[in-house]
Amino acid sequence: MTEQITGAQALIRALELENVDTIFGLPGGCILPAYDPLLDSHIRHILVRHEQGAGHMAEGYAHVTGRPGVALVTSGPAATNMVTPLCDAYMDSIPMICITGQVPTSAIGTDAFQECDTVGITRSVTKHNELVMSADEIPLIVRQAFHIATTGRPGPVLIDVPKDCLQNMMTWYWPTDEEVLESLPGYKPNTKGHSRMIKEAARLILDSKQPVLYVGGGVLKARAADTLRELAELINTPVVTTLMARGAFPDSHPLCLGMPGMHGNATAITAMQKSDLLINLGARFDDRITGKVSTFAPDAKIIHVDIDPAEQGKVRRPDVPIVGDCRLVIEELVKTIKEMLANGEVQADISAWKSRVSGWQEQFPLYYSPSDPGEALKPQFCLEKLHELAPAGTILCSGVGQHQMFSSQFWKFEEPYTWVNSGGLGTMGFSIPAAIGAKVARPDRTVWAVDGDGCFQMTAQELVTASVERIPIKVAVMNNSYLGMVRQWQEMFYDERYSEVYLSPELPDFVKWAEAMGCVGIRVESPEEVEPAIALANSINDRSVVVEFRVDAGEKVFPMVPAGAGNDDVLLHPNQNDRREFLR
Amino acid sequence: MSMTPNTSSTPSHHILSVLVQNRAGVLARVSSLFARRGYNIFSLAVAPTEDPDFSRITIVVDVESSPLEQIVKQLFKLIDVVKISELDPRRSVERELMMATVRVASEDRGPVVELTNIFEGKILAVGTEAITVSLEGSPDKLDDFEELLRGYGIVELQRTGRVALPKLDKEARTRPLKNGKAS
Repeated sequence: MTEQITGAQALIRALELENVDTIFGLPGGCILPAYDPLLDSHIRHILVRHEQGAGHMAEGYAHVTGRPGVALVTSGPAATNMVTPLCDAYMDSIPMICITGQVPTSAIGTDAFQECDTVGITRSVTKHNELVMSADEIPLIVRQAFHIATTGRPGPVLIDVPKDCLQNMMTWYWPTDEEVLESLPGYKPNTKGHSRMIKEAARLILDSKQPVLYVGGGVLKARAADTLRELAELINTPVVTTLMARGAFPDSHPLCLGMPGMHGNATAITAMQKSDLLINLGARFDDRITGKVSTFAPDAKIIHVDIDPAEQGKVRRPDVPIVGDCRLVIEELVKTIKEMLANGEVQADISAWKSRVSGWQEQFPLYYSPSDPGEALKPQFCLEKLHELAPAGTILCSGVGQHQMFSSQFWKFEEPYTWVNSGGLGTMGFSIPAAIGAKVARPDRTVWAVDGDGCFQMTAQELVTASVERIPIKVAVMNNSYLGMVRQWQEMFYDERYSEVYLSPELPDFVKWAEAMGCVGIRVESPEEVEPAIALANSINDRSVVVEFRVDAGEKVFPMVPAGAGNDDVLLHPNQNDRREFLR
Repeated sequence: MSMTPNTSSTPSHHILSVLVQNRAGVLARVSSLFARRGYNIFSLAVAPTEDPDFSRITIVVDVESSPLEQIVKQLFKLIDVVKISELDPRRSVERELMMATVRVASEDRGPVVELTNIFEGKILAVGTEAITVSLEGSPDKLDDFEELLRGYGIVELQRTGRVALPKLDKEARTRPLKNGKAS
């Protein structure tokens, strides 16, 4: 019964027992012992080209599966390279396990080779982290990490393992669920909403004349898309889906208003502003949604459902706070409202509100001015075509910037877990590794990564990983030779004084670079080339494809709520501005 | 995080008694949370409890810097934090220890010794040019003693920061903060 194995063997066995099927990683000195038993494991290891890539791949994997992505790297610089993905996962509540090597316990604190204070550095970017002090601790710490990462508000957990703890022998054991819970007396996430609060919420919903369902990433984390749809249809209430919640509610649904916020569409923004009741399900009143907080939805009462109590009242004080898991709370809400209706209560008449909302939708559709013949390609046009030609169930990943906003605006999301992006941290370079992680997790799906030329140059080397590991993804580079979003701000708010945003029209040569990494490279310069190029890319499934779209550098993302302004001051596309008063 | 000297029990501060798992790094987690979220700490004291698995951190919080509710909720999110109670200063006993070395020649020592005796403090060490005294008591009392000692020339002074427990009268006055625990 008392099987003696090394800490490294215990680590890999523990990961197997946690049902890990894939690890994204890169070995090095201190983590070396863990890589030996990995050879004998059924777990697939994806060897990345940069540790940041391993982190974002783990995130992409977690985004599309809901299961924690696992990254395994060494100490020192590998650990510091993980800080960005950890922070990204923390901001977007992505379950992730990161295991870092550490110098032997006897060398900790001596400024040894490749030593850094990993738990100190990552403390504020993880939900929890832990420095292993002996091989015996490994099974329990791994179980705790998976439990913490995946329950409550999900998030990244880091385990720092000194080399001697991997090498030393330990007596194998596997802690029971009870032992894990007992070992965490301070961790008891509340998942079930308070029934009195749920009744109060139901009352407010039935009484509201101008309700809006404000849906955030928490609905996806709770796997509550179906329940949300039931609620929305029951109360016949318009839905806005934040950047983190795209896909939680079908864009084609008549109740869907799309994305609100800084680059949201005019109807979604205005419906929130004019609402008398915002039903916030798993969103956090992010500054990109609220604009100037003091002028945000001034007449709205707030129902706020969030599993993290600290989100209640952090930005906007709710009238009805409900701490709990979105799925459980929405199910209870649906049940309560049905009971109230069955008891003869009636919902207030919201038809006037709905026709007002429809009026905004008719007046202010998402808009861009198509290019005339001979003019530069419009990125929005490329996105529309990408979506039109995409096989059913395609997963879209995005970097950060204008192309991200165009993606969220012009792609129509019909099912959950088909949109992977860096929302809170806004990490340029996210999309390629995230797309690789998503494709590993969902090999049955087509995965498109939409990237800017700035983003692409931050993490493109992971396409080598994709080629070598045979993970075929498709990349659309919206090349406008600029850091486009920064350029947009300089044009609009800095008197067109362009400072350090011009990259280069010719360098790098994206096609040659793609080919050098084992991918197919395609360049698209005119509108007629767009469809054939996308069709070709979609037909290639044995390796990755990079399509470079040479797009109009002057194109800007509209609508736009300027930073610091209130949502009532949203700027529409110049061609729509004459109708502005209609929004008042 | 700024460590400012204790001021007396004005309503602008609150005392949080935070029960944590007694593990490496837990104090760093708590203090870096305060720094990261921009909360001010007046004082902080930490020591093991009667159960060696747990420590108690007594934090005096500058509430004007941020709403107490948000501080408490963020603290609850730390996995090692087991329980948080807010101690109402009016309904709890608070104690703090101060040590001070005062520069006085041996012939002028009398008034400092007298002052220390009035406050029921202790003489800890006596040198030819200086005297070290200590006082344990309520933070207000320590403030007064410190003020009076200043007139004699304080060379070094160290205060511990307060620790507190609820008063034992008829009603329960520890308010265990509603634990919408964790996430």
